[in-house]
Amino acid sequence: MTTTKAPATIEVAITAEPLEDRSSGEGRDGRSGAEVRFSGRVRDESGRVQALFLEHYPGMTENALEKIAGHARERWPLNAIEIIHRVGEIRIGEEIVRVVVWAGHRHAAFEACAFLMDILKSQVPLWKKELSDDGWHWVEARQRDAEAAARWMGGPSERAR
Amino acid sequence: MSDAVIEVRFFAALRERVGEEMLRVSPPAEVGTVAALCDWLAAGYPAVAAAFEATPRRMVAINEELATPDSAVAAGDTVALFPPVTGG
Repeated sequence: MTTTKAPATIEVAITAEPLEDRSSGEGRDGRSGAEVRFSGRVRDESGRVQALFLEHYPGMTENALEKIAGHARERWPLNAIEIIHRVGEIRIGEEIVRVVVWAGHRHAAFEACAFLMDILKSQVPLWKKELSDDGWHWVEARQRDAEAAARWMGGPSERAR
Repeated sequence: MSDAVIEVRFFAALRERVGEEMLRVSPPAEVGTVAALCDWLAAGYPAVAAAFEATPRRMVAINEELATPDSAVAAGDTVALFPPVTGG
């Protein structure tokens, strides 16, 4: 019998392999009435973008994912969290990132999943390059992503200068 | 190797603009913050100065933890500089 205080299990990974080849079932047990899964995929931006390349900071990126999962676990009653981020070259339509949250009830799972994606996009060391007709270009960070993260912190976004 | 070495790492666009993944530097003791280290690097390394100019918005991590321009740096630290992150 598990107690209600059992900490959520956390699984994070960075991989250069297609995420489509991985199954996600960590939290499928009798405790979890809710499973919320977000998959971020490569958009073609009306045909302009042909592929993406993702760079990371080996070591720090994995640790940063663990840390944000730990924050989600403190904030919501969750049973399991999985965050997998792909790096290297990724084709149109493929998964870039997968966040899966299992909880007893849906509100915690929905909120934690949204929180994890918002914080990931503004605080975890990962960088995108786009391939278009004129070659590879780094993607600029968007202010709206910083604002999305800030709404979870109850304060204005911190901008590094 | 000097005992007062700071390892400076660059990522993404900043790495490409600097042309190096890493610099091992020994700034004078009064260079005690991220901001001071960046100024010292820009003064001594033209490629870093040009890369900073081309990448005015930057983030920093000290020993793999996000930090700010005011954060203290010391010998033995690894300081990573990079553009705002764009994962997900």
